[in-house]
Amino acid sequence: MSERVLMKGNEAFGEAAIRGGCRYYVGYPITPQNELTEFMSREMTKRGGKFVQAESELASINMAYGIAAAGGNVFVSSASPGIALMQEGLSFICSAELPLVALNVSRGGPGIGGIQPGQADYNQVTRGGGNGDYHIPVFAPASIQESIDILYDAFSLADEWRNPIMILADGMIGQMMEPVTLPEPKAPISEDEIAVRKPWALSGTKKGHRSVVKSLRMQPNDLEKHVEKLFEKYRQAEKELVKYDSDRIEDAEVVFVSFGTTARIVSEVIDMLAEDGIKAGLIRPISLWPFPEEAFSKVNPKTKVVISAELNMGQMMTDVKAAVCGRFPVRLINRTGGIIPTSLEIYERAKKILGEYK
Amino acid sequence: MATQKMFFSGFGGQGVLMIGRNIAYAAMLEGKEVTFLPSYGPEMRGGTANCTVIVSDKMISSPLIYEADLVCVMNLPSLIKFERMVKPDKFLFINSSIISQSATRSDIQIAYVNANEIAKNLGNEKAANMVMLGAIVKKTGVVSFDSIEHVMEKTFAGKKQSVIELNRNALHAWE
Repeated sequence: MSERVLMKGNEAFGEAAIRGGCRYYVGYPITPQNELTEFMSREMTKRGGKFVQAESELASINMAYGIAAAGGNVFVSSASPGIALMQEGLSFICSAELPLVALNVSRGGPGIGGIQPGQADYNQVTRGGGNGDYHIPVFAPASIQESIDILYDAFSLADEWRNPIMILADGMIGQMMEPVTLPEPKAPISEDEIAVRKPWALSGTKKGHRSVVKSLRMQPNDLEKHVEKLFEKYRQAEKELVKYDSDRIEDAEVVFVSFGTTARIVSEVIDMLAEDGIKAGLIRPISLWPFPEEAFSKVNPKTKVVISAELNMGQMMTDVKAAVCGRFPVRLINRTGGIIPTSLEIYERAKKILGEYK
Repeated sequence: MATQKMFFSGFGGQGVLMIGRNIAYAAMLEGKEVTFLPSYGPEMRGGTANCTVIVSDKMISSPLIYEADLVCVMNLPSLIKFERMVKPDKFLFINSSIISQSATRSDIQIAYVNANEIAKNLGNEKAANMVMLGAIVKKTGVVSFDSIEHVMEKTFAGKKQSVIELNRNALHAWE
């Protein structure tokens, strides 16, 4: 095992991506992920990759579309309003069935919003802002080590599923530092290997067959067939890509559902409630799409209330309610606008809610 | 020591983030779990800057705190705003070269450190943050001087010998 290093989230994202096989990075500066773009500008060319600072996020995603079509392992990153600008491209890339890794270090919204941490892009990343029927698997890390592990695997996962993979972090994970252990770098795929391993890629004429990458299908029958094929893949993804963590849900009176940064604060709240003799548990979705509905079947049937804790107006609560399916009341504890509640605030609000379900 | 929650605050340019980062780094070298969370925004010299550092023997859940075992304030607005964060009986470090006011609480341990004056006497006022870091290490033992010096060797690698000397002297200057 290699030694622990103290790393800032934004730099760890870049290091993990490079070690995981990223060979192309296209980005445009935006807070709170600027250190990542800066890191990639310094490291990519040194480590055999290519770095482009595009003129906008719209350009970034379309350059990445081209790189992915040619079989390159490409990474784009931005923060909330920048990811909004990429939505059209992401829809096209899903339709064209190309692999890509995208990272959203999210901040407060709507609009240009603010620059402090937020989770108000839950709907944007899980539902997609682009047109048409498509899905993007989304993973939300809660620590810098988990960010590294997810990003390290993301490039092979994107290749395997021939679909974008989204990582939803937030300003707090991007800015903070924690000790981490870095995985061994994967060997890069050479151009010759691309033709073999990615026969669909536009990798030149030498391979002896034509590849077509497109998202335009003028015949309704063709398009319907194509969408149905995509959804066979998505149904498979719903089975295979579910990822979550749970803690003490089997005998809990109250179960929190929370992801990313907020889940860490809720972990502390659970210990605070335990000191008062209140049994609390946590479901932490790591995959936001597919949402880990199966986790809810393990919840204590005597649980009084399920609380969704998030940094938005309750976007994830829609998925929580669908998963709970009327078995428990579902309540919300939230802050938004870039404000992160302390464990004390969540604890006090949870006690108040619990008081209603004696 | 189970978990130590620390908060450092001052104005941009005083090196408060550097104090926090050195402690975080040193604690990691000692095998501890660590989180370092800086404030961020449209930062500038003279604007406010602060950071939260947690050092623990076990996994750290929330990197965000509402009370602290140690608060270090390098300027007056930080004292006014963050004095109340200190847990009873715990530590408040005040840079008395910049802050002429006293703390108002009597249920906490207060250390007045004339960090800027001490650094100036050593030859460079910029090392005031290292004087404060040394005071914190000496009084609380949250990390060892050995670990901090090891961190300094790494962070100052390639710098002039005189810079390294100055910072080492600053680290041990507070009595």
